[in-house]
Amino acid sequence: MFSKKIRRARFVLILIALAAFLLTGCGSGTQIRLQGAGATFPNPLYQKWLSEYGKQHPNIKIDYQSIGSGGGIKQIQARTVDFGASDSPMKDEDLKAAPGEILHIPTVLGAVVITYNLSGASQTLRFTPEVVADIFLGKIKKWADPRLKTDNAGVNLPDGDITVVYRSDGSGTSAVFTDYLSKVSPEWKEKVGSGTSPKWPVGIGAKGNEGVAGQIKQTPNTIGYVELAYAVQNKLPVAVIKNKAGNFIEPSIDAVTAAAAASVATTPEDLRVSITDAAGATAYPISSYTYILAYKAQPDAVKGKALVDFLWWGIHDGEAFAKDLRYAPLPDEIVKRAEAKINSITAGGKPLR
Amino acid sequence: MKDSDKLKFVGQWQRWLSPTGNTGDAVFRAAMFAVALLLLLIVAAMIVALASHSRLSIREFGFGFLTGREWNPIKGQFGALAFIYGTIVSSLIALLISVPLSLGIAIFLVEQAPYYVSRPITFLVELLAAIPSVVYGLWGIFVLAPFLRVHVEPNLAHWFGWLPLFQGPITGIGLLTGGVILAIMVTPIISAVVRDVLAAVPNTQREAALALGATKWETTRVVLVNGAPGIAGAVILGLGRAIGETMAVTMVIGNRPEISLSLFQPSYTLASVIANEFTEATADIYLSALIELGLILFLVTFVVNAIARLLVWRVTRRTSGVGMAA
Repeated sequence: MFSKKIRRARFVLILIALAAFLLTGCGSGTQIRLQGAGATFPNPLYQKWLSEYGKQHPNIKIDYQSIGSGGGIKQIQARTVDFGASDSPMKDEDLKAAPGEILHIPTVLGAVVITYNLSGASQTLRFTPEVVADIFLGKIKKWADPRLKTDNAGVNLPDGDITVVYRSDGSGTSAVFTDYLSKVSPEWKEKVGSGTSPKWPVGIGAKGNEGVAGQIKQTPNTIGYVELAYAVQNKLPVAVIKNKAGNFIEPSIDAVTAAAAASVATTPEDLRVSITDAAGATAYPISSYTYILAYKAQPDAVKGKALVDFLWWGIHDGEAFAKDLRYAPLPDEIVKRAEAKINSITAGGKPLR
Repeated sequence: MKDSDKLKFVGQWQRWLSPTGNTGDAVFRAAMFAVALLLLLIVAAMIVALASHSRLSIREFGFGFLTGREWNPIKGQFGALAFIYGTIVSSLIALLISVPLSLGIAIFLVEQAPYYVSRPITFLVELLAAIPSVVYGLWGIFVLAPFLRVHVEPNLAHWFGWLPLFQGPITGIGLLTGGVILAIMVTPIISAVVRDVLAAVPNTQREAALALGATKWETTRVVLVNGAPGIAGAVILGLGRAIGETMAVTMVIGNRPEISLSLFQPSYTLASVIANEFTEATADIYLSALIELGLILFLVTFVVNAIARLLVWRVTRRTSGVGMAA
């Protein structure tokens, strides 16, 4: 008798649960789901965007998988996602291989910084572009090299060999850094070139920002590069770098936005641009945009509308979250040009905004 | 087909499926056969998938892919030799260290240690086998690599520096560190299996040896000879894990596709490069080359296993007079 009661109660409970499940199931009929995938670098910001945007628009559910820029490009080409994301702009041949016109919407800016371990000493080093290139080319082998000494008078440089640490995993960070080196050193451009997995002339490879930072912290006399956001959060020593205008610039969020602002005049119509070695007086030279990739002609009007609204929100309200997460917000001129891109998205020939 | 032939045919099948003529046995045997076949199909499907996806790279580079040392995705040059070298050498270092260690552990646990010592140690050894490899990798970066850099590698360079194996700059990151971390990872596996093998050697063998006046060491030798095939199987199991290990190795090996005799120099393994570069590979030929590396990893594992099996077979044939326990 007792057990019968329990069994009946359990049955009722199951019924209630089933009903609730069915009701919410019906509710999701009006819910719009968007899928995105791509770059790992802006992932913390995009996750913040998704949660904030989700709070304001409970009927829209957006997922973002940080599988890497390469994966993002592949997936948007194959139309398995509603939007892709990439740190470096897509190449012409990749754009041609896609089944439709893909737009690049810049979202925020990032920077790559040079970090090092001077046998434990925590002084700030100053580098000229030529010295950076020659260290990573393996031509400057010792910390006590005269060229390092002239730029760093007063710094107690150790007498050891320089050990270069690079990213072993394919990465947008490596792409931005090698893009910079290719611009400032003809020899780098010819011997190595730029890309996500270059063949590094010297050094040892470590996996991820955390791997590079860990290796540098552990090993005396090492030098390497990590994302600005990562270096700031982990309080790593970062180098001051001489920019195109001849000023030594400390990496900072403002200096990165300045690099983008200084490059507006040379930014092409499709916004695919490299802003390394930018010309502005206060521009930090190793900076880059990160992009969301979307088809200009959306296949589904409802989903397309949701995507367009989300992108619009991102480059306006969303920029407010950038600085807290150590990303540099877009300069105003670029926001305007990104607006025009978003406004040009259509579904079935009709504009969505 | 005549009716009598048909009957004969069915009869043959039935006899093959169940020599006793029992229907249940036949069903069970058929089911088990299907499961075994499924395994073969999965292996075949893997090889076919890897081969078809690496077609582009196979056609482009041909046999030169295996002998090429250059790996430069930017310039579209792909060669696997440095990765094959790194994979095999790091696994060999691992076995060189872990096999004697594992044999020692197993012999101690089975032949020497009293029950109240062997139980907790057996448990700890099996616990080691369950630690995720990324944890080994982190430990490698923060503990093992600095330890080797400060205490081990300078001494190796000092005493054995005349060998090309121990020359060059010391960073704590490289082939040696990769091999050592692999050794630590495969030791629990090998020793756990060897322990089981030795424990399975019948006690009559030990008693017989002792009765003939053998010492403890001589008895242990009899036990080892009895367990030889099983021990070899354990080593192969460990080797398989070492060749395929990805995360821990990539964190300490230095990830540099270069062939250098020195164990202090950074190197790279097949599994590591696939894990590192797959996500950002956009060009078709690049992706195809990475998949071909996967195919090579498959073949390397296959060949190494085959060689090991062959060795075991020869050894056991020579010692088969003693009898086999495992």
